Amino acid sequence: MADVILIGEVNDGKLRRVTHEILGELVRQGVDPIVVIPGNGLAPSLAEELGKHGASKVVYLEHDGLKQYSTEGYANALHGYLGSKQISAIVTGATAQGKDFLPRLAAKLGVGMAGDCTELKASGGSFTVRRPVYAGKCSKAVEFVKGPAVFSIRPNVLQMETGKAKMASVEKAAANPGTIRAKIVEVHASGGKKVELTEADNIISGGRPLKEKFNILFECAETIGAAVGASRAACDEGFAAADMQVGQTGKTVSPKLYIACGISGAIQHLAGMRTAKVIVAVNKSADAPIFGVADYGLVADLFEVVPLLTQEFKALKS
Amino acid sequence: MNIFVLVKQVPDTETKIRVNASSSGIEAKEIAKWIVNPYDEHAIEEALKTKEKLKEGTVTAIAVGPDRVVEALRTALAMGCDNAIHIKADESIDTYVAAKALAAACKKESPQLIFAGKQAIDDDQAATFGYVAEYLDIPSVSVVVKVDVATDKKSLRAVREVEGGTHTVETSLPALIAVNQGINNPRYASLPGIMKAKKKEIKAHTLADLGLGSETALTKDSAFALPPPRKACVILQGEVPAQVKELVKRLREEAKVI
Ligand SMILES: Cc1cc2nc3c(=O)[nH]c(=O)nc-3n(C[C@H](O)[C@H](O)[C@H](O)COP(=O)(O)OP(=O)(O)OC[C@H]3O[C@@H](n4cnc5c(N)ncnc54)[C@H](O)[C@@H]3O)c2cc1C
Repeated sequence: MADVILIGEVNDGKLRRVTHEILGELVRQGVDPIVVIPGNGLAPSLAEELGKHGASKVVYLEHDGLKQYSTEGYANALHGYLGSKQISAIVTGATAQGKDFLPRLAAKLGVGMAGDCTELKASGGSFTVRRPVYAGKCSKAVEFVKGPAVFSIRPNVLQMETGKAKMASVEKAAANPGTIRAKIVEVHASGGKKVELTEADNIISGGRPLKEKFNILFECAETIGAAVGASRAACDEGFAAADMQVGQTGKTVSPKLYIACGISGAIQHLAGMRTAKVIVAVNKSADAPIFGVADYGLVADLFEVVPLLTQEFKALKS
Repeated sequence: MNIFVLVKQVPDTETKIRVNASSSGIEAKEIAKWIVNPYDEHAIEEALKTKEKLKEGTVTAIAVGPDRVVEALRTALAMGCDNAIHIKADESIDTYVAAKALAAACKKESPQLIFAGKQAIDDDQAATFGYVAEYLDIPSVSVVVKVDVATDKKSLRAVREVEGGTHTVETSLPALIAVNQGINNPRYASLPGIMKAKKKEIKAHTLADLGLGSETALTKDSAFALPPPRKACVILQGEVPAQVKELVKRLREEAKVI
């Protein structure tokens, strides 16, 4: 039978959570994927960890030229390795990396693709996926006219637990990354141990009325290990960094908990966060549209609410 | 420098999204207005700024789709683009066909630098840039927030956003750069710009004359659906401190999220 390929992603020596999430979903659906990890000098612990999450076959696709990520290196090496094999699907996380190389890989294979999917269904070797469109105001099913099915899965949507630990076999395969014209020359971490918005379990977001006081959100966020997001108005006015923007033209997030403080709930903002499991709205105006999607609402001044919330969260921890 | 910008026309962000009767798409009647994809406005701006910085060159906007997309090209011209190319295609094309067409039309004119938005806000696929770059066999950098073209115009440096930071990528030219919204503030079309854009000739291609007459979509969409409605909001009562206490209690005991 044709193989299902899950392209694993390693960050800071560890697999990204989304790799385990996809693996978990595949295993639950009775699919035994081959997890292919491009890189070099990959540690045995990666395969052990994948085994614990239900993988039985892991391939380390290694070459010195894959030590560092590059669009072309990854697309070339994966195409070289997968091009001649019998494959029914190729899936990876819809991360900065996955979203970057997957279209090029699909183009090389001459097939269509579906990006940033939130559901996948395997049946008898063929795959159908569902993906949000119009910034999550709607979703659609996508079928692949010609195989392999190539798609990426949004982080933080699927469950990783499978309860089926295995011992994964590891095969080392030689890769050929080809000519790499676009190379990373500098890596810059945005300081501190900031929680990444798209991977965060909890998010506290602020809107325009926060002004220069986003620090109160950061203080509150720290108590529960939350990431801090913002509305576009807050970003445009320079109160929050551009990479904190949540919404149609910002990040799409689906945390367990999303607390919106002083955010009106414009349609473009809702688009980026309406799939959160639980939404809390703090807004002075009872008419604010954000209450239309919220589970819990506080019609109150955020400058009063946030410090109290910080205290309560702190009390929880001690 | 010969600079191209890939432009997509999308429904306005205020569009009320409803599913049509056959669930094969959104209700077209609800689309009151079409706009230039917001990320592509940033791409146009970056193309114009690059030309201004280099003090030479031309900027060509290119779009694929039905006749309505000419309007998006007029907007691009009104913002300051020098030329526009329209590839005529019906609504049935997917990312693959669109990218094949864009790449084929670009190939005829050998651009040195191509800008695109990182994704279109209707389909949210974020894949066209990669397919186009691949079919042109040029390097690509995506989710870019800063571009610096080298003085010899043979390479550039682009800063791309990744989880928790940025990567600075150096690439030879020609290259394709897919931009994110933090990169610049798009200019508005000026009144003289709008007047001039109305008179400009827009070059047209068909899929057939690009040698793509037999290409069809490789993905099939169906079963469009609205997200399940959320439960009604519980408005917490009492003085603010009591509301906050109640909230934390419910988050723990009822929602079990903390
Ligand atoms: C093409 C396009 C794309 C867009 N993309 C995005 C996007 O990605 N993300 C996004 O967020 N927006 C986006 N927008 C902008 C969006 O339409 C709104 O303008 C924006 O979200 C408003 O931000 P806000 O809610 O912070 O500000 P406002 O609209 O100013 O709302 C502030 C809210 O705070 C409340 N408030 C005021 N003071 C207090 C207080 N002390 N305590 C409690 N509540 C208080 C008010 O009642 C109000 O509801 C986009 C717009 C367009 C046209």
